Amino acid sequence: MSSSSSSVHPGMGAPGTVRVSHDHHHLGFWRKYIFSTDHKVIGIQFMLTGLVMFLVGGLMAMAIRWQLAWPWTEMPIVGKLLFPETGKVISPEFYTMLFTMHGTIMIFFVIIPLLTGAFGNFLIPLMIGAPDMAFPKLNMIGYWAMVPGIGFAIASFFVEGGGASSGWTAYPPLSTIETAAPGSGQGQTLWLLALTWSGVSSMTGAVNYVTTIVKMRAPGMTLMRMPLTIWSLLIAALLQLFALPVLTAASILQLLDRVVDTGFFTPTNLVVNQFNSEAAGAAAGGQPLLWQHLFWFYSHPAVYIMVVPAMGLASDVIATHARKPIFGYKPMVYSMSAIAGLGFIVWGHHMFASGMNPALGMTFMVSTIMIALPSAVKVFNWLGTLWGSRIHLTTAMLNALGFVAMFIIGGLSGIWMAATPVDIYIHDTYIVVAHFHYVVFGGSVFAIFAGIYHWFPKMFGRMMNETLGKVHFIGSFIFTNGVFYLMHQLGIAGLMRRTADPYDYEAFAHLQPLNQIISICAFCLFTWQIFFVFNFFHSMFWGKRVGRNPWKATTLEWDAPSPPGHGNFDHELAVHCGPYEYASPLVEEDYLMQSRDIGAKPAKA
Amino acid sequence: MSSSIQAYDPEVDAPAHHHPIYDYDSGPPVDRGKFAIWLFLATEVMFFTGLIGSYLVIRMGSPAWPHPKELLAVDITAANTFLLITSSWMMVRALDAIQKGDKGGLVKWLGFTILGGSVFVGVQVYEYTVLIHEGYLPNRDLFWSTFYAMTGFHGIHVCVGVIWLFCVWIGAVRGSYTPQNYVRVELAGLYWHFVDLVWVLLFTIVYLM
Amino acid sequence: MRFLATLLFLALLVFGVWSFQAAESFGAWLPPHVSSFGPDIDALFKLILWMVTFFFILTEVVLIYCVWRFSKKDPSKAHFTHGSHKLEMLWTAVPAGLLLVIAFAQMGAWANIRFPSAFPDGEPVAVAWASQFDWRFQYPGADGVLGTMDDFESAHDFVVPAGEPVKFILRSRDVIHSFSVPQFRLKQDAMPGMAIPVWFQVDEDRPGDYELICMELCGWGHYKMAGKVRALPRAEYDAWVADQQAQFMSNGIEE
Repeated sequence: MSSSSSSVHPGMGAPGTVRVSHDHHHLGFWRKYIFSTDHKVIGIQFMLTGLVMFLVGGLMAMAIRWQLAWPWTEMPIVGKLLFPETGKVISPEFYTMLFTMHGTIMIFFVIIPLLTGAFGNFLIPLMIGAPDMAFPKLNMIGYWAMVPGIGFAIASFFVEGGGASSGWTAYPPLSTIETAAPGSGQGQTLWLLALTWSGVSSMTGAVNYVTTIVKMRAPGMTLMRMPLTIWSLLIAALLQLFALPVLTAASILQLLDRVVDTGFFTPTNLVVNQFNSEAAGAAAGGQPLLWQHLFWFYSHPAVYIMVVPAMGLASDVIATHARKPIFGYKPMVYSMSAIAGLGFIVWGHHMFASGMNPALGMTFMVSTIMIALPSAVKVFNWLGTLWGSRIHLTTAMLNALGFVAMFIIGGLSGIWMAATPVDIYIHDTYIVVAHFHYVVFGGSVFAIFAGIYHWFPKMFGRMMNETLGKVHFIGSFIFTNGVFYLMHQLGIAGLMRRTADPYDYEAFAHLQPLNQIISICAFCLFTWQIFFVFNFFHSMFWGKRVGRNPWKATTLEWDAPSPPGHGNFDHELAVHCGPYEYASPLVEEDYLMQSRDIGAKPAKA
Repeated sequence: MSSSIQAYDPEVDAPAHHHPIYDYDSGPPVDRGKFAIWLFLATEVMFFTGLIGSYLVIRMGSPAWPHPKELLAVDITAANTFLLITSSWMMVRALDAIQKGDKGGLVKWLGFTILGGSVFVGVQVYEYTVLIHEGYLPNRDLFWSTFYAMTGFHGIHVCVGVIWLFCVWIGAVRGSYTPQNYVRVELAGLYWHFVDLVWVLLFTIVYLM
Repeated sequence: MRFLATLLFLALLVFGVWSFQAAESFGAWLPPHVSSFGPDIDALFKLILWMVTFFFILTEVVLIYCVWRFSKKDPSKAHFTHGSHKLEMLWTAVPAGLLLVIAFAQMGAWANIRFPSAFPDGEPVAVAWASQFDWRFQYPGADGVLGTMDDFESAHDFVVPAGEPVKFILRSRDVIHSFSVPQFRLKQDAMPGMAIPVWFQVDEDRPGDYELICMELCGWGHYKMAGKVRALPRAEYDAWVADQQAQFMSNGIEE
């Protein structure tokens, strides 16, 4: 760094110059931190909002775990506050709302905003060498469109009937007929509105990300020199652009079914709780299966929106802290693209038991099984990267390694679900719960943690505490596996999901102790996050001050000051080599920054 | 590891007063705004694909489906369709005018486009009023559910388009556009052509098929 | 940290394999199958289990080795490489082949279970009606035809003959439910507006009562939407049907 810095900082002021650029007026508090158009501030807004919602969704998970371990018993401490009318006990109605909103919040207001919203916003302009997003105002709108979505989601708990309770998949007619479930009253309408607003947020973000990545790369930053994080965010944004509108259309049709009594998803002669909506003047003749097709057409790609950026983040963290180039950069790019492309033709694997045409089921099975291939290629390439590397076991690296270890499990267990005959047995059991939590929690959440520990110094100019970070990782890793691993066995025993009390069934009565172990691990996992919360906020103000490039990383964001000021960079930028030139024989150091011109062609190896 | 983390060094790490000039432009030689509009139109294509796909699935899956001719005033809507296509042509004239520097022509043709769009919406509102008056509400049966959903969403798009064009028109009246700077006219035009194209498709499958 | 990290990942591997090994001993394993679908589905499950276990151990062992071996303090640079075309080909082609094998292995079983050609001939024995939150089974009366006046209904219990294929029609009166008997390895959603034919065959030597579980979220009472499948030997089944028909007829006369 030092060798290049003197030459590229011609306009640098005296040591200790305060960061006020001369062509910038002072922005007031509101414009600077609340209605900011700066991608870094918006990224941090997404991050804080996502983390707060993580807490909310996590609390719901704790309530679910309480019920599954000790059904119909008084909830300690919070029971009196939350459920006074049922004697501190979770009612079966409330249980359905809990898992519905847990899923909805975690997917739409935690994982997607954290990955694409927080990291997408913060990293894209910095990593490609741009001053900001292509459309900063649209970017601000993107964040603020998510806020009413969160508002509607939370508000749904306080309307008559309570929150939406037909699962995050909202299958009609359970979700469309008001008498079908308590939450299918106003709660479901608010749920649809929440989804639509979160869709607007994702959409504006996606347009912005793709335009920025395509149009605003620094000179020399060819597509094949982009960091994998950027590739992954580009691919996720494209997935959102092409898949999300279909969910929006479907949500609006469901909204019409609910509000103006159209009958898109309402079949003929439906009598729900002695209530026949047709006799009451609603149209009928529609198809509930149509919703499932439309919903999964988005929601399966959504799974890749939730995991592809995680793969990108983990790749960058692994290369940096292993001090070695990513093994097979191009196969990594191609495999992510393949996952995204195949992701559009696998949605039917959620519907093997739904009554869909069995021949169609077979084609969906083949495409679904084949999507395991690019995932496998990625895992092998991560292992190839680690082989012969010089691993620094920082907290970020530990979390990234945890991501790889657990993504393997999530990926492998998916093969059972793809195999149609096996899925007949596995479908809607806990093995599905185990599978997607390994992908989304063991995978995405650990990659998010890796990303936070890795880029925190860039975001706030200060280090997070490594000791606390490691304590946080060790506990989280142990308890995450404690929670989710045993769910495989529960599912193999046939235990079904979304069930408030399975122990009335003879077949499942003996599984309660196992569920109690899982719940205790879940409570520990939740509590353990104190280490993260404390570390995060403490380090934000009192962490060790760091310079531009604390990790000796290669990508462009480490060229900017920490934290970068308005406009990001304080010197001209050009890219001279690929993103992962660690251990390059061309330079003395073990890293060659993308922006550093050594006057030679980068080494081929 | 932590020992090797470089401590903050104001010599190197303090931000410079200097601001780089970001005048570079990667990717295809298209204006950023136009690129984004194409992406946005892609999402719109998917949105209408979802709607039209649902329409087809529902129609194929229904045991009986009335022929639209028996229930809808196809001739009026055909005229309306012609009007919308004409407005697309007028939009082309508007863009052509400003490219040639004819600011008056821009105002005129843009005005005609807006008028065409407004009349289209007006006729559709009239159609809705008559139908609703006759008791054909969206909850009557699936034919009407789909009819209102498809044409309604398109109608909303036309309204958005008219408002958008009106904003551009105000700019045109003020003389904000020049032969060198007319990208806003072009963006609104792209959207307007898309909306017209969708209508031709919708008219075919909802009214004619 | 190096020791601890290696231990952590090693613990995941050991725990992961051990818990699958030990699952049967604490009762969290496939319940014994009693239907004709059982052998196929269990065999395919185990085929995938073996393959998955192999790749789980392979990848995690490499990961653990890397964590142990390459996190040693070493001032020298890492091995500088951007990848290997040969290796990429190898680890693309081998899994691709294996995955195709897995995919093709499923097809026969799936066709035997779900394809119309696999369905037994003859009239369905009953219509299974799912509604919030119970099961009802409509059997044909003495005329042997479903949907006539003399049909009789069995609440909660689905009585079927063991040892022969049983075809029935699955319907829902309200929301989506799912007909699932874990021991039969059978699961099919009941979709309102659709009449879905389903079949299964209980092993001749395994008649008995089996829990019928609703597996698709159907509202607040989903957790208690239980039924029972009673598989009876043919003679007992015939007697039960005759008895029900007679009861229904006499009820009719009394009214």
